[in-house]
Amino acid sequence: MDLLNNILSGSIPMEAYLGVSLIMFFAGVYGFLSRRSMLMILISIELMLNAADINFVVFNRYLFPGHLEGFYFALFTIAIAACETAVAIAIIINIYRNLTSVEVGNLDQMKE
Amino acid sequence: MAQQIIFFVLAAIIAIFSILAVTAKQIIRSATYLLFVLLATAGLYLLLGYNYLFAVQIAVYAGGVMVLFIFAILLTNRPGENVKTELPVRRVAAGLTALAGLAFCGHIIYWNIKRVGDLVAQSDITPQQLGHSMLGTDKYQYLLPFETISILLLACIVGAIMIARKR
Repeated sequence: MDLLNNILSGSIPMEAYLGVSLIMFFAGVYGFLSRRSMLMILISIELMLNAADINFVVFNRYLFPGHLEGFYFALFTIAIAACETAVAIAIIINIYRNLTSVEVGNLDQMKE
Repeated sequence: MAQQIIFFVLAAIIAIFSILAVTAKQIIRSATYLLFVLLATAGLYLLLGYNYLFAVQIAVYAGGVMVLFIFAILLTNRPGENVKTELPVRRVAAGLTALAGLAFCGHIIYWNIKRVGDLVAQSDITPQQLGHSMLGTDKYQYLLPFETISILLLACIVGAIMIARKR
C-alpha cells in the first residue's frame, strides 16, 4: 500500500522499473528452461538481455544523473545482443539444413 | 499524473506480453509478442529521458533483430505447427525455478531499495555531448569500447556468412 501511494504521488519510484524488468527477466528464465525449439530459447535470451538493459539505464538515471556510464553500457549491450542473434540464427539455419529440425533434443552433433 | 499513467500502461504491456511470449503455442506469435515487449521497453527509455537509446532500441531491436527472427522462423518452421515444450515435469520445475527467483529478487528489491534515489531533473543529452563522449579517450569517454564493438560487428558478419553459406 505504501509503495502504491508513493507511485501515485510524486515521481515514479525506482522499484517500479526494477519490478518490471524483474518480471521480464524471469519470464525469460521460464522460457529458456521450458522450451525445446532453439529459436524459442533465443527469444527467451533476448528477453533476459532486455531486462538487464532496463536495469542499467534505470540505475544510471536514478543514482547517477548527469553521468553516462549506464547509458553507454546499455547501448553496447544492444549492439552485442544484435551480433549474438545474427550468429546464433546463422548457426540455427545451418543446423536445420543438416538435421531438418531445430530442437535441442535432436541436436547431438554439429558435424557429420 | 500523465507520467504515471504512461508508465502503468507500458509496465502492463511488458508484463503481459513477456509472459505470453514464453507460453504461446506458435512460434511466430511468440516473436510478435516479443516485438511488443521491445517496443514498450523503448517507451520506458523515452519516459526516462534517453531519447537516443529509444531510437537505437527501435532501430536495432524492433527493426533488425525482429526481421532476423521472422526470417529464421519462416525458414525453419512449417506454418501452423505448434512448438514442442519440454515434458510437464520439466515445465513445472522451470516454473518453480522462475517463481523462486522472482520471489527472492522481489524481496531484495522491496526491502532494500527504499527510494535510495529520487528522480532528479536532468537536462537532455545533446547529440554534441554524445558524440564527444563516444569518440574521446579521456575519463568517462568511450572510444575503446566503440572500436571494440566495430571489430565485433565485423567478426560477426564474417562468421555469419561463413556458417550459413551453402557448401
